[in-house]
Amino acid sequence: MPANRFNGFTEYGIGIGLRIPHYQHIFERKPVVGWFEIISENFMVDGGRPLATLDRILERYRVVQHGVSLYFGSAERLNRDHLKRLKALVKRTRTPWLTDHLCWGSVDGRYTHDLLPMPYTFEAAKLTARNIREARDYLETPVAVENVSSYAEFHASEMTEWEFLNEVVERADCGILLDVNNIYVSSRNHNFDPFEYLNSMPAERVAQIHIAGHSKFTKYILDTHDHPVIDPVWKLYEHAIRRAGPTATLLEWDDRIPSFDEVHAEALKAEKYIAAPALVNS
Amino acid sequence: MKLMELQRRMAADVMRPLTGSDNIAPKTSAAYVKPNDRLTSLERLEIYNRQYWYRVIDSMYEDFAGLCAVLGQRSFDRLVRAYVAECPSQTFTLRNLGSQLEDWLRRNPGYAGQKLAVALDMARLEWAHIEAYDGESWQALGPEDLIELGPGLRIALQPYIRLLELQYPVDDLRISVNAVSEDHGAASNAVLKSKERGVVRQFTRLKPERIFLAVHRLDFSVYYRRLSVEEFRLLEALRKGLSIGAAVEASLEDSPIPLDELRGKLETWFRSWAELGWLCRPKKK
Repeated sequence: MPANRFNGFTEYGIGIGLRIPHYQHIFERKPVVGWFEIISENFMVDGGRPLATLDRILERYRVVQHGVSLYFGSAERLNRDHLKRLKALVKRTRTPWLTDHLCWGSVDGRYTHDLLPMPYTFEAAKLTARNIREARDYLETPVAVENVSSYAEFHASEMTEWEFLNEVVERADCGILLDVNNIYVSSRNHNFDPFEYLNSMPAERVAQIHIAGHSKFTKYILDTHDHPVIDPVWKLYEHAIRRAGPTATLLEWDDRIPSFDEVHAEALKAEKYIAAPALVNS
Repeated sequence: MKLMELQRRMAADVMRPLTGSDNIAPKTSAAYVKPNDRLTSLERLEIYNRQYWYRVIDSMYEDFAGLCAVLGQRSFDRLVRAYVAECPSQTFTLRNLGSQLEDWLRRNPGYAGQKLAVALDMARLEWAHIEAYDGESWQALGPEDLIELGPGLRIALQPYIRLLELQYPVDDLRISVNAVSEDHGAASNAVLKSKERGVVRQFTRLKPERIFLAVHRLDFSVYYRRLSVEEFRLLEALRKGLSIGAAVEASLEDSPIPLDELRGKLETWFRSWAELGWLCRPKKK
């Protein structure tokens, strides 16, 4: 199951996000890392240091692209210029699969640069699936969609988040980037059982898993990616691996970023779960 | 509610300007958002509203640190909020958020008050810096390629180079601001405060001085290179697509440089530009 058509039939193991504070360490020490995830938009530029840095990374490491602003869940069609730039980057990185979020963030040409939550409606599922299919066909690369952390729900919703996820990925016939930290954050913000979410998602479509830390506030939890992974999230991860099998896993750490070694060590904690025998579809 | 209607409504609410106390406007109707046992509909929407504004404000602070130093933090904050409310991001990347700042400031001079001329120069310089950092580059001509050059030939300037004519020497001020920013986290508070005071002193002593600048990059770092007026006009003419001969004629006809010195200067300029990788062959259309 880990190598499947949604991740280009690869077995990538554990990776970390490629972040600027670690560049010097990576180039000087050349650490052994399973793979790096890059934020696609950071490299969708015309030239200069970002692309030169990426090319140096590509000489030595495997890279998977993760996007933050394709906005599959937008009611509008995808931005053609964005897709064109993304395709140029896909050709450069030869990413075996590509991910972005199950969310929206722009309307009428105005961008919020946020991962805004979807109303879980059949209309939204249909339009989102249309956009995912369009992206996959244009980019000629397997696409997986990531569940986001959310802080709001809508009266308009007709189903649960996991039912919506199922509806979208079945209609689009795409993969899932399962973010277990996001499931945890949303479960606390919206009072649902995160294990019910995990038990309901189609495990055979999981292309990749995200783990991360978050910040707790008095009345809600915010997905900040600035802490180590907490035990309840590791438990969800363990359960996800039991269902999906040993899947390519990525630790996100985007703010108050510690040393490369610290981030890498945190990511490698996932090894003990991946090494355990999988109980596929348990 | 249809998806498009909901997204238009929520985007308008998320991008609604914050109040003075950094809260969402109290009259916002969040009826489409469900409350939960801890937060009202409005409070849930407010999480997104606040995150939006903090994100765009942070981005502007990062890209326009020099303008912030010119105006002072409070005035800069006021300017950023007004600017972003009128000119929200229109592309997938926050890199482009400040692309309309100079034009907007010309239309809204009150946000810079007495410092308008310096503020406009600084905004132009900082936007040019962003463009020079990751703009497109073409295969450069080296000094050895200059032998082929003749008056009828056309050469191009690297697309990432920005040529600026400024009324104030804001380049030095921007470099000082950058040095202070880089020291954050490394230097002690006392050293930092002293350096920040130095930037303020530098700004208060800033006198008008017409400068000509090329904002360019070398080994992927951005530099500001001051140019003579003749160099500047010649580079501008080359950028417009004139042949070398026509560019020299158009840019140097009123120059006080004696003719016997001109040839030597031209050779020096072209060699220096080639060494910096500024020159390239025009792209075929």
